[in-house]
Amino acid sequence: MRYLIGRLAWALVILLCATWITFGIVFLVPGDPARVVAGPRADAATLAAIRHELGLDRSLPAQYGRYLWRLARGDLGRSYANRQPVAATLARCLPATATLAAASLAIALVVGLAGGLATAPFAGRFVDRAALVCSLAILSAPVFWFGMIALYWLGFRWRLVPLGGAGTLRHLLLPALVLGVGTGVYYARLLHTSLRDVLTLDYMRAARARGVGPVRLLAVHALRNAALPLLTIVGLDFAALMNGVVLTETVFHWPGLGRLAFDAVLALDVPIIMGTVLLGAAFVVVTNLVVDLLYRIVDPRIRLG
Amino acid sequence: MIPGTRHGLLGVGLAMGALLVAIAIMGPALAPYDPTAPVAPRLAEPSPPGAPFWLGTDDLGRDVLSRLLHGARISLLVGLVAMVVTMTIGTAIGLTAGYFGGVVDVLLMRLTDVMLAFPGLLLAVALVAVMRPSVWTIFVVIGLVSWTGVARVVRSEALSLRERDFVLAARALGASHARIVARHVLPNVAPTLVAIAALSTSGTILLDAGLSFLGIGVPPPTPTWGRMIQEASAYYRVAPWLMAFPGLAVLYAVLAFNLVAYGLADRGTSAR
Repeated sequence: MRYLIGRLAWALVILLCATWITFGIVFLVPGDPARVVAGPRADAATLAAIRHELGLDRSLPAQYGRYLWRLARGDLGRSYANRQPVAATLARCLPATATLAAASLAIALVVGLAGGLATAPFAGRFVDRAALVCSLAILSAPVFWFGMIALYWLGFRWRLVPLGGAGTLRHLLLPALVLGVGTGVYYARLLHTSLRDVLTLDYMRAARARGVGPVRLLAVHALRNAALPLLTIVGLDFAALMNGVVLTETVFHWPGLGRLAFDAVLALDVPIIMGTVLLGAAFVVVTNLVVDLLYRIVDPRIRLG
Repeated sequence: MIPGTRHGLLGVGLAMGALLVAIAIMGPALAPYDPTAPVAPRLAEPSPPGAPFWLGTDDLGRDVLSRLLHGARISLLVGLVAMVVTMTIGTAIGLTAGYFGGVVDVLLMRLTDVMLAFPGLLLAVALVAVMRPSVWTIFVVIGLVSWTGVARVVRSEALSLRERDFVLAARALGASHARIVARHVLPNVAPTLVAIAALSTSGTILLDAGLSFLGIGVPPPTPTWGRMIQEASAYYRVAPWLMAFPGLAVLYAVLAFNLVAYGLADRGTSAR
């Protein structure tokens, strides 16, 4: 319990640092958000009025203080571009990104488990090396390029899936596959390596001697221990998955948070930038926390760490 | 495992890398046309691969092969320099944290945690907006968002090295911290650093391609592979070769460094 409170407090500190860094960076961007709000033809008086209304005429600490004060009360502010509340905009885009992230994570785990289990018994042999080279090739392809190639063949030539947008399961299939397979191949390599180490341990020989079949040996006895490093990476790598999300959303015109954040950076829409970064960082922090807790459940040895 | 089986990977990777470096150096001399000038007879639409434009021409009538060859130089340069920036920041932070331990370690690793919580690509986009797009900005930005992994690995190595006898002996003899780190710790981390450097280069090349694809990489008219893919994305239905070739080029370059990294890592584990 004390551990949990400590972890939660630390998660809050990380998020606070994230707001601080983001605010600093955004403040340094050479550009005038008031100009973005008012449009290119606004006169000086209008600009000054908008600056005052948005609080842009105050100092950086004052602006940051105001932002934090509102944040503490759950107010994320309003978008500079369309005056909509940031919280509502985030809520509108979150389901699309969450669906994409969850679907690709599921695909990645399936690919990772299947790939790792299927190649582990062949460690060091030709099949293993062929699998390694194939997975390195997949890992080396830019995810957005992989997406466009898939879109060309599956979407345009064979007309199996729509060419972009969101809404149905068929829309989800291709982006989730593109994002999931690349990540899954990476998981498969990790699982392969840790399975290979586990397979040499004494308890595996003991199980084999007791007459445990090869499939059960691998999928139950070995996997239980070999899955631990994979679990850590899934948590740690969540931020990397978010990178892929931004690129994949761009390729497939997926109306999610990645696109929202990217467009906001280009448009200097500070409240939206702050909101998306904060949400993204919160995602990563929460995932890491959950993985840490899971780790303790799966491996009793580190329960009292 | 049979010794030496995986070392083939390292050899193949090094050979692929050498070819890439050769192309990057000689590319502009090998390119048949000016990469930024319209050379195709029909300028309005892309033309498919075939003589005399072996990889076709793009929507502005420019020769794709020439653009690819010129792009090799800038893409490899960005990848390598950004890798050096990444490695420098990561090694400095990792060594300091691991060698000194205690409060320094806690503070630096907490900083790393904060950086890890950021969606790196978005941070890079924001940083590019702050510093304005240029080749130098790209070097620094990629380094600033990708050092965390290096720092973690170097820290854990330094952490175990600082308790080793030769380090303790050097300290007992009165060597300064700077000297111990430079003469005793760093050389022992070096083999790991080489493998991470290769892996990190494949990462920086991919990140650079991603930034270019989002339209905020090295600014035009320099032909970069990432931007070639981005420009081709509008024509992917009528001219798929426009995106296919630069994508394959990125894949080739990243694969070369990945093979070297895996080959080195494998040699490291089987040697122990």
